Amino acid sequence: MISFLLNNDIANIDQARADLTLLEYLREQKNLTGTKEGCASGDCGACTVVLAEVIGHDGTTRNNLEYRAINSCVTFLSALHGKQLITVEHLPDGKNLHPVQQSMVEYHGSQCGFCTPGFIMSMFALYQQAQQPDREAVIQALSGNLCRCTGYRPIIDATLSVCQNKQADKFKQIETQTVGRLNAINKQLISTDNLLVPTSRQELAAAKAKYPDANVFAGSTDLALQVTQQLKTFDKLIALCAMPDLNILVEQEEGLLIGAALPFGKIESSLLKYFPQLSELLWRFAATPIRNQASLGGNVANGSPIGDMPPALLALNAVIHVDNGTHKRKIAASEFFLDYRKTALETSDWIEAIFIPFTHHRSLVRAYKVSKRYEDDISAVCAVFNLQVIDGKIHSIYSGFGGVAAIPATVIELNTQLEGKTWSSNKTFEIGKEILKQAFTPLDDVRASKTYRVSMLTNLWKRFWLETNQSTQKIATRVVHVSSSNEASRDA
Amino acid sequence: MRKLIEQPTFDATPQGAAGKSHKHESAERQVSGQARYIDDMPEAANIHHVAVGVSSVTTGTITSIDLSLVKASEGVIDVITVDDIPGHKDIGPVFPGDPLLAGTEILYHSQPIFAVLATSVNLARRASLKANIVISPTEACLTVNQAKQRENFVRPPHFMRRGDFQTSYAQSPIRIEGEMIIGGQEHMYLEGQVSMAIPEEEDRMLVYSSSQHPSEVQKLIAEVLDIKLHKVVVDMRRMGGGFGGKETQAAQWACLAAVFANRNKVAVKLRLPRMLDMMATGKRHPFENKFKVATDNKGLIQATHIEINGNCGHSPDLSDAIVDRAMFHADNGYFLADCYVEGHRCRTNQVSHTAYRGFGGPQGMIVAEAMMDAIARKLGKDPLDIRKLNLYGKDTRNTTQYGMQVEHNLLADLIDKLEASCDYQLRRKQITEFNKDSPIIKKGLALTPVKFGISFTAKHLNQAGALLHIYTDGSMQINHGGTEMGQGLHTKIGQIVANEFGVPLSHVEITSTRTDKVPNTSPTAASSGTDLNGKAAQNACLIIKQRLAKFYAEQVKGNPEQVIFCEQSVVLNEHTIAFTELIQQAYIGRVSLSASGFYKTPKLEYDRSTGNGRPFFYFAYGASCSEVSIDTLTGEYKVDRVDILHDVGKSLNPAIDIGQIEGGFIQGMGWLTTEELLWDTSGKLISNNPATYKIPAIGDTPEIFNVDLYPRANDEDSIYHSKAVGEPPFMLANSVWCALKDAISSITNYQTDPVLHPPATPEKVYNAVEQAQAWLEKQI
Repeated sequence: MISFLLNNDIANIDQARADLTLLEYLREQKNLTGTKEGCASGDCGACTVVLAEVIGHDGTTRNNLEYRAINSCVTFLSALHGKQLITVEHLPDGKNLHPVQQSMVEYHGSQCGFCTPGFIMSMFALYQQAQQPDREAVIQALSGNLCRCTGYRPIIDATLSVCQNKQADKFKQIETQTVGRLNAINKQLISTDNLLVPTSRQELAAAKAKYPDANVFAGSTDLALQVTQQLKTFDKLIALCAMPDLNILVEQEEGLLIGAALPFGKIESSLLKYFPQLSELLWRFAATPIRNQASLGGNVANGSPIGDMPPALLALNAVIHVDNGTHKRKIAASEFFLDYRKTALETSDWIEAIFIPFTHHRSLVRAYKVSKRYEDDISAVCAVFNLQVIDGKIHSIYSGFGGVAAIPATVIELNTQLEGKTWSSNKTFEIGKEILKQAFTPLDDVRASKTYRVSMLTNLWKRFWLETNQSTQKIATRVVHVSSSNEASRDA
Repeated sequence: MRKLIEQPTFDATPQGAAGKSHKHESAERQVSGQARYIDDMPEAANIHHVAVGVSSVTTGTITSIDLSLVKASEGVIDVITVDDIPGHKDIGPVFPGDPLLAGTEILYHSQPIFAVLATSVNLARRASLKANIVISPTEACLTVNQAKQRENFVRPPHFMRRGDFQTSYAQSPIRIEGEMIIGGQEHMYLEGQVSMAIPEEEDRMLVYSSSQHPSEVQKLIAEVLDIKLHKVVVDMRRMGGGFGGKETQAAQWACLAAVFANRNKVAVKLRLPRMLDMMATGKRHPFENKFKVATDNKGLIQATHIEINGNCGHSPDLSDAIVDRAMFHADNGYFLADCYVEGHRCRTNQVSHTAYRGFGGPQGMIVAEAMMDAIARKLGKDPLDIRKLNLYGKDTRNTTQYGMQVEHNLLADLIDKLEASCDYQLRRKQITEFNKDSPIIKKGLALTPVKFGISFTAKHLNQAGALLHIYTDGSMQINHGGTEMGQGLHTKIGQIVANEFGVPLSHVEITSTRTDKVPNTSPTAASSGTDLNGKAAQNACLIIKQRLAKFYAEQVKGNPEQVIFCEQSVVLNEHTIAFTELIQQAYIGRVSLSASGFYKTPKLEYDRSTGNGRPFFYFAYGASCSEVSIDTLTGEYKVDRVDILHDVGKSLNPAIDIGQIEGGFIQGMGWLTTEELLWDTSGKLISNNPATYKIPAIGDTPEIFNVDLYPRANDEDSIYHSKAVGEPPFMLANSVWCALKDAISSITNYQTDPVLHPPATPEKVYNAVEQAQAWLEKQI
């Protein structure tokens, strides 16, 4: 049974299609039509709703609510269990609009109004966060919402203004009660005929063995596209949300161990703490509502040639922890991706976690992405470099590339052929350039041409070289603001 | 009689509601999810849903159709093909050529062949995939060049001529030729195409359609059902965006829904899924244009030849007028001297390209800007100097290539003001310095003007009607022929009516656009919504005001011509009565409190056979200055700062006007930068969803974005001397494209004019950078 708060009412759903999207549920079953369908693929944000979840500050008491905007069109209903689902209809306090709604009105932030409820919900989630956002944070929070009418300026102003004068809204006023009501819901999502919710590796292995055709999912942002875009139906699905080992985040001595089912929204701050150089990649990786649902494990398991995070995992020498219920094994990221959409996972396998080793404090890491649009776009080319220089000589250079081959790939020759060479030497740069020029035979597609992709490989290499050499560091190489990255990945 | 109580409007600050930044009339309902779009409306208990089955090839002949699996699919109620359409099978809006469902010939990829009615949306859509249709493919015509070679046109060409281009060109010292391949644009209205048809008694039909042109939808439904127009009512409360994409191309879905509703006597809804919406409906026309321009040694134009080639897709749709508008705007604000402008309407096997904000104007105007850049680079001058030099003159050089005199031209002054307010000259110096010391990142700057003609170029469309009711509590309903798609039309109309009677805006309710309230309306298009319907609404107000004035004057024995309506009162000399009180007395006194208003735009006359006349009532002007940074390693760029000064005449609502300017600018910027339509070699659209087709996102909004209104009333007698604002700002984005070229040109120390076909995606910017670098290497 899926139990949750639908706005202010307890909802218990005994049986539902496992592939029922939240958007269908809201519009067709609950007649809550404030939430709109714009694209049904998580690309426009018209369907944005907010999930409030109880979290504990100190790990012991669970007494605070955390609000996250998600795309209801690519989220299955089971994601609601134990949470409060807030839709645009619920924001006003009686006859008074919520402050974010009032601000949107005052700043003339709605024209045709179709995208507006989605924007309102993203603004609401941001409003509930403790910090006071600056313009960049506002843009991050609203990056998954498209507006075709306004040009966004009034929306940015409305959001900045309302977040600078936050008041305790009705949600804050009854937060304790809401927490109590949510805590009263049985934590455990119970399996039904069409939705299996294993809670241990044995159960998961058994479920997979019994239903070998059933998909497993964490965030569902990719799987749901098969429902909304290809009109597929899934009679049985296996949810990973209750698997303890898949939902942990551990800062270990040697690196970060990230449970495969955790959404990016929950691992971002840890990732950025240790790998601040990934900030641009993370910022350009989908949009906030998608990152709030999509998992790192899903991003790895679906084996997309672009993949966004896999190039970083390759360059950082990450290790994929794989389990099948009886046997656990570790696969280096460089050996995980085998062919187009084919990985080292066997039918009975699942990804348990991803381990990312900390980099040496002298390591120079850069992650670059090239795409038509900065926010919420898929890479034409992605390149991540991880270089260690000792006394001016290259000690090691690891790399990962996306969008240039059938799989996310590394270029081992950069490491083998450049080892021991002087990093600042122009000759080193030229050798690397030649290696990269030959490394891949990319394709023409809707995102970029083959020749552009090859040029980007060598030009991103050039950018990396310019940015990491003292004599050339002062040359401006970016048109977008990139957070000043701390070279040292960890105080050690 | 009309003079009786008409208030002075010109130069008088409109009292009460007009001229103020009132919020959008639906703002509160929009932010709280209460504003209803068609898909949100309460459904009849037994409503059924339609999906369309489309062609998976671009061109061919259907040899067999087997729909048995579709019919047998779960939940299916009814399936129709072209043979099941009772009346007209062609729904071409102006000229024939748009089959409601394909006959035997397939003309474009994703052309609807059949439609299926089922008990739910998903069941209908799943059933639509189960058809077994055999199509024998034929060769497709996919490019403008192919169409021209085969002389494959949807409409005859059109020409505008002045003087002897050839002689002047040959005699001029500076001669430049250029070619532009200009991409189209997907509308990407957030609310996709949708309609709901409800059968009423016998064969009567009520249809809700997300359409910019309810009267046309009404007419086409009547024709398709083979009934008279008076049996069909089309209702349109609001669209979730239109931008031209719902001017003609909403009709097909409304007609299909109506056919099913008529056959099955049930309520029927048809909502296109996003990908099909993008693949099966027309877009902004791609164009391939050429120019030859000759100047004197200072860069003053002596002769111009512009060849405009619109890629119209498979049918005429509105392409005749769209290519015309491209020709009307190929001059932008510049005098073309001896010139020859030719426009061709090329037929290709794509969806039928259609209206889109600017309506061909942008694709013509960008040629003018390309010419200015090319002249400037050739002469080593700042492009802004060349632009200013070539502006239309006040007394000479003031006639367009189609023979219309440019009156009340304020462009030179507007540009001067913007140039000063945005520090153009100082920033020009700073940017040139910056670029010298920055090998990777280059900055660019450009200031470009806009002159846009206001009116439908089809003269008969320049008319509008309105229907005003005043109820006995003094509240009123105004209905008019315009549709609300977010542009704030209803807000402005409400302001006009409130202003006329001197009552608060809350007394005026704007009701949904309905063909049974105001008949035979024009589409809400050509930026004309407020100009036409505002005047019609004002006319309805004047009629009732005259009746009330006469009634009141009789009571207090005064002169009706001196009656004034203001501050919720009606005043005649020393007599005052509350507005509501007078309304009640008038009702008791049996005075009609309902009136219909009408308006037609004056002064219009254009002769297409000679390419001469006055197609526009007036011009709207504007200018923008954009500063960009480009990354020469990747071609990625950022628009750092934008300054805009735009002419809306006397603004009816500054907040709404600024919203139109900013939104239009960003939409134009999308067209010129990241929005790239791509078809594969078979003719299938591959940028067919928002994951692959990238409109500007919130981070693309320039951090510095200064927008000001040029403070001057319209010299023509438009509604309160305001100016239309829907389309003109779209073309302000030309400065972004020119600034990108400026940044690339800096690589060659501004000696070359880069080739940068719009949309200037990062890849195209990168290619232009490479060409500039190659040119530079050759010089050394």
